Amino acid sequence: MKKIPVHRVDLIFEKITCKEIFEKVMEAKPDEIIQSVIDSGLKGRGGAGFPTGLKWQFAAREKNDEKYIVCNADEGEPGTFKDREILDMVPEKVFCGMAIASRAIGAKIGYIYLRGEYKFLVPKLEERLKDFHGLMKKMGHPFTIHLRLGSGAYICGEESALFESIEGRRGEPRNKPPYPTKEGLFNKPTCINNVETLVYTVMIQKYGAMHFKEMGTKDSRGSKVFSVSGDTPKAGIFELELGMSVKEFVEEFGDGDTKAVQVGGAAGFCVPRKRFDETIIGFEGVPTGGSMKLFNSSRSMYNVLHNYLDFFAEESCGQCTPCRVGCQQLLKGIEAVKKGEKSIKYLDELVKLAATMKIAAKCGLGQSVGNAFSSIVDNFKEEIIY
Amino acid sequence: MVKLSINGLLVEVQEGTTILEAARQLNFRIPVLCHHDDLCVAGNCRVCVVEQLGGKALLAACATPVAEGMQILTNSLKVRTARKHVIELLLSEHNADCTKCYKNGQCELQNLSNEFSVGDHIFLDLIHHKDYTIDRYSPSIQKDDSKCIRCQRCVRTCEQLQGVNALCVAHKGEAQKISTFYDHSMAEVICTNCGQCINRCPTGALVERTYLDEVWDAILDPEVHVVAQTAPAVRVGLGEDLGLEPGERVTGKMVSALKRLGFDAVLDTDFTADLTILEEGTELLTRLKKALVEKDPEVALPMTTSCSPGWIKFIEHTFPEYLPNVSTCKSPQQMFGALAKTYYANDREIDPKKIVTVSIMPCTAKKYEADRPEMRSSGFKDVDYVITTRELARMVRQAGIDFTMLKEDKFDRLMGDSSGAAVIFGATGGVMEAALRTAYEIITGREVPFENLNITPVRGFEGVRQASVLLEDCVEEWSFLEGVELKCAVAHGLSYARELMQAVKDGKIEVHFIEVMACPGGCLGGGGQPIPTNQEIREKRAAAIYDEDMHLAIRKSHENPEVLKLYKNFLGEPLGHKSHELLHTHYKERERY
Repeated sequence: MKKIPVHRVDLIFEKITCKEIFEKVMEAKPDEIIQSVIDSGLKGRGGAGFPTGLKWQFAAREKNDEKYIVCNADEGEPGTFKDREILDMVPEKVFCGMAIASRAIGAKIGYIYLRGEYKFLVPKLEERLKDFHGLMKKMGHPFTIHLRLGSGAYICGEESALFESIEGRRGEPRNKPPYPTKEGLFNKPTCINNVETLVYTVMIQKYGAMHFKEMGTKDSRGSKVFSVSGDTPKAGIFELELGMSVKEFVEEFGDGDTKAVQVGGAAGFCVPRKRFDETIIGFEGVPTGGSMKLFNSSRSMYNVLHNYLDFFAEESCGQCTPCRVGCQQLLKGIEAVKKGEKSIKYLDELVKLAATMKIAAKCGLGQSVGNAFSSIVDNFKEEIIY
Repeated sequence: MVKLSINGLLVEVQEGTTILEAARQLNFRIPVLCHHDDLCVAGNCRVCVVEQLGGKALLAACATPVAEGMQILTNSLKVRTARKHVIELLLSEHNADCTKCYKNGQCELQNLSNEFSVGDHIFLDLIHHKDYTIDRYSPSIQKDDSKCIRCQRCVRTCEQLQGVNALCVAHKGEAQKISTFYDHSMAEVICTNCGQCINRCPTGALVERTYLDEVWDAILDPEVHVVAQTAPAVRVGLGEDLGLEPGERVTGKMVSALKRLGFDAVLDTDFTADLTILEEGTELLTRLKKALVEKDPEVALPMTTSCSPGWIKFIEHTFPEYLPNVSTCKSPQQMFGALAKTYYANDREIDPKKIVTVSIMPCTAKKYEADRPEMRSSGFKDVDYVITTRELARMVRQAGIDFTMLKEDKFDRLMGDSSGAAVIFGATGGVMEAALRTAYEIITGREVPFENLNITPVRGFEGVRQASVLLEDCVEEWSFLEGVELKCAVAHGLSYARELMQAVKDGKIEVHFIEVMACPGGCLGGGGQPIPTNQEIREKRAAAIYDEDMHLAIRKSHENPEVLKLYKNFLGEPLGHKSHELLHTHYKERERY
């Protein structure tokens, strides 16, 4: 029998005693903690994949009495629901990750920015935070975590828009540079990490950098939590070793009729069946923050694309021209082509527009709309037109 | 210093300089829409994108600081394509009914679409999907969302420059718009009508409410006697809209143009500016006497000026507890209106019913002020119509007058005389300086101890300025002020006004007299002045104002012969019965949103 190359991992949800790990961390120097994270090869699990250790190092090098740790729990990418599970099952590991980061960069205050729709988690998180703050006091580490709730805007998952939101303003992305490690929350050096990333830093302290680094590939070390949905008999949350191809993934999770996988949500890429084999899920291929949506042949890719564009036209913050107007033009554009009001050639104009959005939009949202658009239009042109 | 290359040319600039500024040093103009020299960086229109060799994404030139060794291209294929896309996208949601637009020919979006030869729209027209109504409720500002390109210049102006926050961004994505509290009309919110948003709006989304047709109708009606009054700052701005450079004084040409337009009398708001000094100066001294001699605990000090209607509405909304501190003097515009339909009408033997007063102002808030119900003390609407400097320029063009070739003319008599002290009302600190010139002399019998009467400590562009004058060897009547250090403060721009008033409230600053002008630079930077505006232009206008002051024979308000005649023949004395009836007013508390 053929060996299934999809390796299940159990790091994120493993029950551990955070106190022991934190005692270890308190004995280590900040530089050593940062080095271990750098050595592990861990990259941000929110989707953008910035090396976590480097981010910590940048923040640590900033000379400022006031620094912040922010946990990005504004999980809003269509098709991802893993952070919710992590916060529900192992919240103390998230807090512990933040505490480790605070020790590494020298921060005293942390914020968890929780997606508005996850309000039901608040009582539980507040309860556990009490215990956590007790532990911090006992350990003699002055670190306090505050909880902040979003109000339903997708854009507030973008780090600088998230800062604006915490600061009490409208969630609109800022110009970069300066980057958060230099001027982030309240314009102070800030380290902002995804929920899952923070938990991995805990496990790296527990098992060592090498344990993590041994898994995955050169560009995508370790494992990752996937949110699997769509036409699959096995929808749910799975922690898997990185480095598998889409084909391997589909063999494990598909329903035998998978024609495309949307990797990375609305902001990600659509991989068609003909590219399953050659496409690696990871930073060398198609990166993902966890969202894996499978589509079988009963699905219209026009509807899929329309749904994504409808989402973006509504969820763009509206600040920059390429994103605000571009999303509407792409949406109305494919409608016009479908109805025959615009010629097939108009699709080419839209692809060019998507390319402009990718390089001219202000933030990651506007820049990534073109991913889904181009990958669906390129591979399923007939479905879009007819 | 940072070295970089732009289009292959090397340039060395200070650290922190933006790519946009560095390119300007090499004489490369990068188009901008959301960027404005007066405002903080936004980086949201994306029309200024440039390419960095080796970089993936384009950079917003206005928002990106230079870095060592950067190689920037401002006109590459990628840049051109993206820039054209941005302009086309903006046009696709813009009501491009240009020929009917008030800003036709002066619209930054129109200029750019012309520059980039945007012909047929390649994108779908999005404007028809939306339900827009033009907000014409405010007597000062008209807001047309269908022309808005969401650059947020107005929001930043209202928030940062003015600290008012009447305008804000609402909703997201396709529904995003520039809105107000609960999307109320501009007439129902905390808007001070200062019009600074208009001065910075790149399109026709925010413009002044215009009353040109009404003014023309009055002028062309033979039965009506139309009196024009011109504010001090108009004469140093008008030229900019009629082909002259910023900073040119056009007082004589302006008078000449107004006469050619057909106004029956061309008089000067400067006349009532001098009058204001006498009334307001007396009011200040009276308050000081009550406080220092009669030890009256009720007397409200510091006293603030009341000439700027934007400031008045601001304090009514935000610091209503300080309304007793505001001078009860009407603004020069309203004093003029009240006198035009009484004193002037009597003297000229014209039925005040048949007089229409038109004021030409650098200001949009003056339109609102003229509409206030209190401003009817002549028995009629004291000022019938207010037009801005820009609207006057438009009238001059409509009438086919070649402004630059006009001969200089003089104001008509009776309310046309003015002093240099009145002229400087147009600059921030000017009212303070004029008041000090008069008050000091009344108290001590001597001229203010400054060279050429130029009280330089209250001049300039610093947001809040403080000065003091020691009162010594006072004349007998004012001997109770002997040894008093008269302390004053000046603020311009409402953000600074808020800062100053907060300091007063917190007891951090102790002064007797405060001058506030709602607009940056004072009236010379008013919301009705020619567009564009920036610090350099405002400084040139200020220089012209002080130059005009220096060239006038009379430079102190209390020496204006027509004002003295007015008191002798009509008013009696400052703060007298008739003054109270015609020249003073009251204020009211307003809601804070």
